[in-house]
Amino acid sequence: MTSKIRKIVTFLEETHTEMGRSVNPPTRRAAAAAVIENPFAGKYVEDLTELAEIGQVLGSLLTERALATLGIPGPSVESYGKAAAVGENGELEHAAAILHPKLGAPVRKLLGKGAALIPSSKKRGGPGVSLDIPLGHKDAAFVRSHFDGMEIRVNDAPRANEILVAIALTDSGRPLPRVGGLTKDQIQGQDGLR
Amino acid sequence: MPEIKLRKRIITVEEIFHEGGPVSPAPLRRAAVLAVIHNPFAGKYIAEIGGFMDDLKPLGMEMAKSLLHALGGDPKIIEGYGKGTIVGQNGELEHGALWHVPGGYAMREILGGAKAIVPSTKKVGGPGTRLDVPVTHINASYVRSHFDSMEVGLADAPRANEVVLALVMTTGPRIHARVGGLKASEIKGEDGLR
Repeated sequence: MTSKIRKIVTFLEETHTEMGRSVNPPTRRAAAAAVIENPFAGKYVEDLTELAEIGQVLGSLLTERALATLGIPGPSVESYGKAAAVGENGELEHAAAILHPKLGAPVRKLLGKGAALIPSSKKRGGPGVSLDIPLGHKDAAFVRSHFDGMEIRVNDAPRANEILVAIALTDSGRPLPRVGGLTKDQIQGQDGLR
Repeated sequence: MPEIKLRKRIITVEEIFHEGGPVSPAPLRRAAVLAVIHNPFAGKYIAEIGGFMDDLKPLGMEMAKSLLHALGGDPKIIEGYGKGTIVGQNGELEHGALWHVPGGYAMREILGGAKAIVPSTKKVGGPGTRLDVPVTHINASYVRSHFDSMEVGLADAPRANEVVLALVMTTGPRIHARVGGLKASEIKGEDGLR
């Protein structure tokens, strides 16, 4: 598996002020992305199990990288998201096979919890295509202050036969949240929604 | 003396394992730190701007340190560097030039007096503008294996009244460098060129 990874890229974003107002402590988001070879590029393959297995490996590897980038233990993560961009010789279903069947379990194991659905997005594109990774609170999807997104891109990926896979983690919500809704101190944490 | 108003800080680390050739036992790592700051000269022509270079020195040093930290903290492993600026549309290119001294000297200082000029680029642009930061060897500009670059940028900057400041460091040559020229092992290290 590791020999098929061409690149790993990590991103850390800290917001210190917004509209001239101090954000203290700064809100922080991290993303870790891997550029991998697409074993099914250029042909239709019915059984996508191999990609699901890759997803499981990446779920663990990218979560570890993003946690290290934030420098916090897993349980301190507040929101998360995942996304993939498939190079032009692949199909959208390849991204689905990586992201959905097996990627989530190792993510949740490293975070200690994660009752909420991991929000996701996927697309097909060329090198440098942007990924807007959706973000939601890891224990209660309805926490409105944590509805967010993080844009990343890797200028030379995905090449035609590659897939760019990313996981984003945060230790916070938006910088100055003030549109109401469920707040994080109201989380019940039972059903992943509230 | 205008104070530095920092809105965002971004750290990106790339690990490159291969680019279609043999997998390297030690991946090439490239890292960039970006600071999004308010442009105190935006919107008008101001003749005397040079004093801002001194104001930027502490930020430059802090950015250089955080960049080195993101690559593991050991200055001995850093082999390439570069710098750049993206000036928001209410500013002028000359504002970007203010980064040459504080950005360059900060990196040379924490790397123990690197000899080569720090290659640089700059432009005026809107939010999401990408910048290809040139990279060369820290002690000898002519080392051909280390001619490189790293694309940087972020979705929401620079706004019109902002400047994005960038520093880049790398840990080695291009991953499959093989086009000859001066080698790192042949550096005389006297003039910063060879």
